[in-house]
Amino acid sequence: MSDVTDIGLWGVPLAIIGGAIRVSTPFLFVSLGECITERSGRINLGLEGTLIFGAMSGYAIAVNTQSPWLGVLGAAFFGMIFGLFHGWVCKFKSVNDIAIGIALMLLGSGLAFFFGKPYIQPVAPDLPAISFGWWSEIEQVRTALQVNVLFIIGLIIALFLAWGFKSTKIGLTVRVVGDSTDAARAIGLEPDKIRLLSTAAGGALAGIGGAYLSLYYPGSWNEGISSGQGLMAVALVIFARWNPINCFWVALLFGGAGALGPALQSVGISEGYYLFFAAPYVLTLGLLIATSSPNKAMDSAPGELSITK
Amino acid sequence: MKELATTPLSSQSSLGILKWVPRLEFVAIPIFAVICGFLIFSVFLILLGKSPTDFFALVYKAGFSTAFSWQNTLSRAAPLLLAALCVALPAKLGLVVIGGEGAIALGAVAAGAIGAYLTNVSGVIAMPILFLSAALTGAFWIGLVGFLRIKRGVNETIASLLMAYIAIAISNHLIESVFRDPASLNKPSTASLSEALRVGAMPIGIDVHWGFLAGLIACIVSWILVEKTTLGFSARIAGGNIRAAQVQGLPVAKLIIGFTALGGAIAGIAGFYEVTAVHGSANASVFAGYGYTGILIAFLARHNALAIIPITIMLAGFEASSGLIQRRMDLPDATILVFEGIVFVAILFSETLYGRFRFFKHEYWKADA
Repeated sequence: MSDVTDIGLWGVPLAIIGGAIRVSTPFLFVSLGECITERSGRINLGLEGTLIFGAMSGYAIAVNTQSPWLGVLGAAFFGMIFGLFHGWVCKFKSVNDIAIGIALMLLGSGLAFFFGKPYIQPVAPDLPAISFGWWSEIEQVRTALQVNVLFIIGLIIALFLAWGFKSTKIGLTVRVVGDSTDAARAIGLEPDKIRLLSTAAGGALAGIGGAYLSLYYPGSWNEGISSGQGLMAVALVIFARWNPINCFWVALLFGGAGALGPALQSVGISEGYYLFFAAPYVLTLGLLIATSSPNKAMDSAPGELSITK
Repeated sequence: MKELATTPLSSQSSLGILKWVPRLEFVAIPIFAVICGFLIFSVFLILLGKSPTDFFALVYKAGFSTAFSWQNTLSRAAPLLLAALCVALPAKLGLVVIGGEGAIALGAVAAGAIGAYLTNVSGVIAMPILFLSAALTGAFWIGLVGFLRIKRGVNETIASLLMAYIAIAISNHLIESVFRDPASLNKPSTASLSEALRVGAMPIGIDVHWGFLAGLIACIVSWILVEKTTLGFSARIAGGNIRAAQVQGLPVAKLIIGFTALGGAIAGIAGFYEVTAVHGSANASVFAGYGYTGILIAFLARHNALAIIPITIMLAGFEASSGLIQRRMDLPDATILVFEGIVFVAILFSETLYGRFRFFKHEYWKADA
């Protein structure tokens, strides 16, 4: 504790880096999941509900089995079920994917709160973290470089997806289906099936994002665990232009900006707390305005995506 | 040949009824879907060892039976009607605006902050000022979303969501600093409004404030605007295909900014009623998520302003029954969320049924005759 004042204001950027890594992981998983889904031409706004259910189910399983990793797997499984349901319902003619997503947001969080009541009290084992700060004597550096394993897995998934979309047959298939249902049918693909699987994969990743919330940071299960991260992450995919690597940077940026308020508070600056809380949103909006252009609106958007049509 | 033999008179009268048959579809299918949702939820309750009949009896009792339950339901409905319009109106232009919560929050702060300074002004003068300032604040906020969309190509869904979070941060900041009533210790609020600036109950025997009527009127006027005016017709064309509308010389930019601003104004008015009729000052209770519930309602209503009314009342009634179900059936408060989730998924799923029943088509009845 005595170190806190020793490094003075240097604590702020360090806390932001640490915070960026800590806070960004759920955004990363949800946005990567949604990236897969949206690339296939569907939008699943229900990932907020999936995230919350993932947080609850992951925590419950970890409490009962004493294994956080089984919790993560369970959260991915339940997330996949939600994804499969969304994908299956949206297969039917004239069912609106955005609307079903909003209803599933309600249903997912409702089910999570319903079954999660007994798990608010018990303590689950945390997910492990790797200390990349072992070389440093300074406490804050070590805290900032405590990197959770899921963050690293998320980074690997982002790289893998970027490669997969570009260079694999499956990736190309998803993209073709996302760009034109008719073209996909013409070459013998089954758009509904591919979208079903893409939405299931998206749900599974969102479930893992939820497990991170309850099993690492903040690391407990309660009904206020998500402050809209799931919904925000879905929006961030649009900002990331459907590119998994961009999803990684956007999540990191968003997490870092979100850590600004608490970081300044830790060095005694608490004036205008709520305005600092808005920093990630202001930053994202500013970047969004700066990078948008009225003439080439959403070039990289999947052609079948209802939200950008 | 037989059909030709029918007399003009009888064919005319049957045509009058026939005109309504396809519209029946829009009533019959949602009712069927709601019943399916009830059945699925009943299975859920039976699996938990609870009685579905008790549950539905309690929902009816708490939400829709007595004057008191209607009072509870309709009071909850008021802000939701207005919040849903903030989604439904821009949707006519093909825009998915999900940030109405921001306009509600800022509208409420505008009404609360200005109202706090108008302590000695008569209500006749002050109320229109508060009403307009809330509406204009909301109109500016969501209109800005439309402006960014048309002038800068910024996606309105993400912009409106980001701006909702920003609006809530600004509102919290203003309530806790500049406009804070020093007397509000535990819960930061603006100064309490004087009695003259409070909106009371409507003279209908139950304690439901005027915001509900405002919501009804807003829904009806919005429906007329969209369905019966040239302006609404232009908006629907632009919503179908922006390029085509531009080629036709329609003022697409003005339509987009106008409709988003109108939606924002209506959400701002929801904030006005929350402050003047419910809380008596602007505080964090005002942004209780009505904006997000409004998104769901608008999509359930297929962005039809008139359909918003029954759906909102149904939803509000469900929510009104939450407390009673918790107490009487020993179920957690989230039960109602699960119930609503299942019913709404069923309603949205049922959209695939439209046009599939010959029963609802003219031809079916003509062939019979």
